[in-house]
Amino acid sequence: MANLNDHMGRPIVAVTGIGVVTSLGVGKADNWAALTSGKSGIHPITRFPVDHLNTRISGMVDFLPSSSKGASLLTYELAETAAQEAMSEAGLDAGDFGGPLFLASPPVELDWSERFSLYNSDTHDTGAERLLRVARGLRELDIFETTQFGSIADRLADRFGTRGLPITLSTACASGATAIQLGVEAIRRGECDRALSIGADGSATAEALIRFSLLSALSTHNDIPEKASKPFSKDRDGFVLAEGSGALVLESLEAALARGATVLGILRGCGEKADDFHRTRSKPDGSPAIAAVRAALADAGLSEDGIDYVNAHGTSTPENDKMEHLSLSTVFGERISSMPVSSNKSMIGHTLSAAGAVEAAFSLMTMRESVIPPTINYDNPDPAIVLDVVPNTKRNAEVGTVLSNSFGFGGQNTCLVMAREPV
Amino acid sequence: MNPRDVVISGIGLVSSLGEGPDAHWQKLVQPRLEPVLEASRFSPYTVHPLPEIDWNLQIAKRGDQRQMETWQRLGTYAAGLALDDAGIKGNDELCATMDMVVAAGGGERDEAVDAAILAASESRNDRDVLLNEKLTTELRPTLFLAQLSNLLAGNISIVHKVTGSSRTFMGEEGAGVAAVETAAARIRSGQSTHILVGGAFQTEHSDMLLGYELAGYLHRGAWRPVWQRQGAEGGGVVTGSGGAFLVLEQREHAESRGRKIYAELGPVLSGRARRRRGELDGEIDTLLKQAALPNGELLAISGASGAHAATAAEKSALDANPAIAARGFSTLTGHMKEAQFPFAVALAALAVDRKAAYPVFDATVEKPFAGVPKTVLATAIGYHQFEGMALIKAA
Repeated sequence: MANLNDHMGRPIVAVTGIGVVTSLGVGKADNWAALTSGKSGIHPITRFPVDHLNTRISGMVDFLPSSSKGASLLTYELAETAAQEAMSEAGLDAGDFGGPLFLASPPVELDWSERFSLYNSDTHDTGAERLLRVARGLRELDIFETTQFGSIADRLADRFGTRGLPITLSTACASGATAIQLGVEAIRRGECDRALSIGADGSATAEALIRFSLLSALSTHNDIPEKASKPFSKDRDGFVLAEGSGALVLESLEAALARGATVLGILRGCGEKADDFHRTRSKPDGSPAIAAVRAALADAGLSEDGIDYVNAHGTSTPENDKMEHLSLSTVFGERISSMPVSSNKSMIGHTLSAAGAVEAAFSLMTMRESVIPPTINYDNPDPAIVLDVVPNTKRNAEVGTVLSNSFGFGGQNTCLVMAREPV
Repeated sequence: MNPRDVVISGIGLVSSLGEGPDAHWQKLVQPRLEPVLEASRFSPYTVHPLPEIDWNLQIAKRGDQRQMETWQRLGTYAAGLALDDAGIKGNDELCATMDMVVAAGGGERDEAVDAAILAASESRNDRDVLLNEKLTTELRPTLFLAQLSNLLAGNISIVHKVTGSSRTFMGEEGAGVAAVETAAARIRSGQSTHILVGGAFQTEHSDMLLGYELAGYLHRGAWRPVWQRQGAEGGGVVTGSGGAFLVLEQREHAESRGRKIYAELGPVLSGRARRRRGELDGEIDTLLKQAALPNGELLAISGASGAHAATAAEKSALDANPAIAARGFSTLTGHMKEAQFPFAVALAALAVDRKAAYPVFDATVEKPFAGVPKTVLATAIGYHQFEGMALIKAA
């Protein structure tokens, strides 16, 4: 009889279904094959014209039916596609999930294509007044729903038969990890036997790209797109904006075993700590990120030497990679130089609200497949960052535990600890 | 009584009526209080505008104020009021271990830039190029941060040093319901000892009105109380700017630091009716049953928005129970979206604390409540989706 409770007497949380979509493709099989062969999904932008833009590359998901239909519809389709894969792997009735839904998704706004078409459907007044007048004449809800922050989750709740009020959340680039954390906590509190946690982001619009550009956050290495994302390299110059989704079916280990489900991994610990230093930069001593890592380890009941591999946030911005190295080396000490630490973002870019969930999915697969995906484009190491980044080529390795980091604007730091076995 | 009960130990409120729990109480207990209305700026829509606020009182650094637009300033300000009220502000240890759940929408776009782009779009066919051209040259870089949903929480961390954890829930009234519900569950389970929870809504911006009006939800024409908008022109919602933050605390934690407790937060209930299938009436009834209402006369602080269908459903459910005396506070504050449920809970806690009910906010529809409200119901039935309720009890 397996131990069903963790070191704090809480129900152990198992993963029984995983789904993922990135610019590398739909589903775990395609993504894993590409990821472990060091293939990049970063490509030139074709969804909109790139005139006047400093960054003309991205990891957009351009191959779904909703890819050209705006952020809200694409985010929904990304979420639905990943969740469907996860539900199917978990062997659950995809229309009657019966547990709560936690969705990490980007904040929504009325898309420019809609703004233009609403505005130009009339000629009276100007600016906002005209938009409001046209708006009150609309007879259907399609456009309205793209502007409601709860609508995507509402549709997903209908689609999958999740229970209760779905939670839509944003902790910026840590959102996907927070969605998983909320699911873990709900199961641990005994509120439910299972939860569906999804991170999805299809919001790579021109305006989003420009906003990040204006903050100097994006790589401008446009000439060879697949080489632009180079975490931990000396010549890294920003992240690559990307889209994607990750979904996990979380279940109490007890419920999973009772129904004979295959346990794909264990969500062993979650930790978080907010930073009060600056809106986009982290505290120079790295203390909040350090505290988040330590909180996740403590929650998992593991000491520093209990982690086999780090799935890094590794965005490829000068600031993040430096600070992440500082945090990891503070927590893990000298051991960090010999611990594998790789960044999926070198291949898929930064999927923003989805990143924490996508990377949790890849972390779980890393343990199951005993293969660590590489950090590609590691041709010019940053001498200030001494890490084993699993450079350029995958590595076969037994991995029993993973730390996955997510850090975001607004002082968000969330870390997950996953394990292959229940203890 | 249980040491892990959830109690309310701090309240921060801002609305057109003023700021702080005392100011709100004093206004709201005045019989026949007139709402503060702004009917011309956004005509044909009426809104309840922000009162005069000296931001310096809660956001000391001008640099911080400049990094925000009004929505984030308002939320950061209301959060500061709640922290002050709970005796937590400036206490580094309590702030560093304090968790936070913020219910947020988005911040303000640059209306002038948007209007210029729209105007130019009338004479251009290459609208996507136009967009790149204008946005790359005219957007203020920091405005993006002022628009990001989770940056209200981010600013609260920066300004007030609340750093235990920071989570932002989105989704209109439902975000406020889920924020309070999750915060309470964390305290009850021992995951947290003190949590800042709440939200803010700044309606005096055309995009914030557009978010309702794309489905025709806004009331037009002469203002009416929230229960009396059925059949009037428009969709029934009159919005208001405001914010509500609560400090929720484990009873033992609040008592051990000798703090005043306004009230206990009892069960928090949430739901998602599939309204297109006609489930709203049934869902409201289910929530009322789950709340296990006490016997006898019951004061209900209703967050009804005025939206025709949702408000009619809520009214009929409340009317069906003759023991319930409802107070639709949107009559006096307007609808504050993500902040609506935390605001309802705050007003309920105030009534419990002051051992008195509010007079009727609308004499033609609401009925008097004479007794001492020991338990008060708070509701937020979303104008479009999601439902929530809570029972607030004498501490």
